[in-house]
This record gives sequence, structure tokens and C-alpha cells, in this order.
Amino acid sequence: MIVWWIGNAVLLLVVVPVVVLLLRGVLSAAKDVTASVEALAPVAEAASKDLDAVELLHTTRDQVSQTVAVVANYGGSLDVILEDA
Amino acid sequence: MEPAAVVTIAAVVLVIAVLVAYLVAVIVELRKIAAGLDSVIDAVGGVVRKSEPVNAIVEGINQDLTVGTDLLEGLLLKKAGPDDAPGLIESIFPGGGASMLGRLGRTGEVKNIDVVYTRGAVQLARLGRESPLGAGALRGGALRDPAYSSTAARSLYARPGDPDARPRSPKIGTAAPRVYPPTDGAGSAAPAEVAEQQPGVRSDPD
Repeated sequence: MIVWWIGNAVLLLVVVPVVVLLLRGVLSAAKDVTASVEALAPVAEAASKDLDAVELLHTTRDQVSQTVAVVANYGGSLDVILEDA
Repeated sequence: MEPAAVVTIAAVVLVIAVLVAYLVAVIVELRKIAAGLDSVIDAVGGVVRKSEPVNAIVEGINQDLTVGTDLLEGLLLKKAGPDDAPGLIESIFPGGGASMLGRLGRTGEVKNIDVVYTRGAVQLARLGRESPLGAGALRGGALRDPAYSSTAARSLYARPGDPDARPRSPKIGTAAPRVYPPTDGAGSAAPAEVAEQQPGVRSDPD
């Protein structure tokens, strides 16, 4: 009987506080993750919006090609006009 | 029932109640996390989708620019020579001259031409070999040769008595090679023939 009472005391004074402490830690960590995810969502949306200008790279590539072609034409003319070293 | 049994049952019920309460709270938080991650994944998917063609486009732009750079470097190499072309590049883009030497398979020190002359003067001097700067550029350690630069400059102008001197500009007035006398009608005068002047020889004191 005495052992039973000792077991009850251990259950109430040790096991229950330990369980409560561990569960509070898990709940606190889960709440922190929730806050982080909620803060991450607008950042990801903003990053996606910033990449809208990537479509303009197609135009940039075309213009670079045209510019290089013009430079090539000028280079050919300069090759004819200027004497070699 | 034994009092100890009652206390044991009460303690077990308390533990179970605590477990249920906290686990339910954790489940609620996890559901919030899952919902938040769903929205984040949508945005991240947009980032991945939009950035997918960037590599190919940038590589294409780099290839075009490389072609243009090679073309201009080849032209500069042809016109300015293997020694001066890297120097010109170095004067415009510091470090670019050594890179150009490396692409040409050469080594050595790059002469930064811009240190001696201003950029525009050097380019004109290198591209036009008749100018005084270009004539004296290859003498001595420095690109500008103070001993012979004035000689090169003087060679551009007429010198009296020098058979190689260039002819002077046409003159007007009484000492001109052809003098037209006054006349009444337009186009009826014939020029009075005079002796042609020798090139570079001045005949009047002005």
C-alpha cells in the first residue's frame, strides 16, 4: 500500500509536470513555425512579382543581337576606311 | 475502492486530459502551418516558373556579346597592332588588356596608353599613323617621344626651299598665279597668265 501511494505521488508530482512541460515546448515551437510561415508567404509572393520583368529578357536578347549586327556592320566599314597597323 | 486506487485513476485521467488539450492545440497549429506552406509553395512555384528561361536567355546574350567583343578586338588588333591594341583596351577597361593578351595567347606587361595621352588623342594617333603622336609613339620607353615629336609635327607643314614640301593653299590678290583684270561684262574676262609658283615658296612678304 505504501508503494502504491509512493507511485501516486510520483505520478502527480513528477510525471504530470514533465508531460505538461514537454507538450508546452512542442506547442511553443509549433506557434513559432506558424509565425515564420505567415511571414514567409508575402516575401515569396513579392519575389515572384519581382521576376515579372524576366519576360523582358527576350526583348533584351533580341536587341543585343541587333546591336551586335550593327556593330559588325560598322566594324566592316571601319576595316575598309582605316588603314592597318 | 481503495483511496490509493482513486488517486491513481484521477492522476491518469489528469495526464490524459493534459495530453489531449496540448495535442489538440498542436494539431491546430500544424494545420495553420500547412495552410501557410500551401500559399508559399504557390508563390515559390511562380518563382521557379518565371526564372526557368533565364539561364538560356542570359547565355544567348553572353554569346552575342562575346561575338561582338571578339569582332571589335579583332578589328582593333588589326588596326592598332598587337602591342597597342591591349593598351587601348586597358585604358578603357582596367584589366581588360591583360585578358585580351590572354585570349591572344600572349604574355607580358600591358602598356596603359591612357597614362600618357588622353583617350581620344591616343585613339586618333593609333588609328591615323600620319599624326605627330602616332609618328613618335614607338620610340623610347614612353609612348610620347619628346626628342622627335616636334620633327614629326614640323613635317606636316610647308618649308621654304624643301622639294618635298607640300604646296601652299591658293592665293588671291596681285601675287596670285592667275589674275583676272577688271571687266564690264560678266564672264568675258580672261586671266592674265603668270608664272606658276613653286610649291612651298612664298613670293610676297605677307
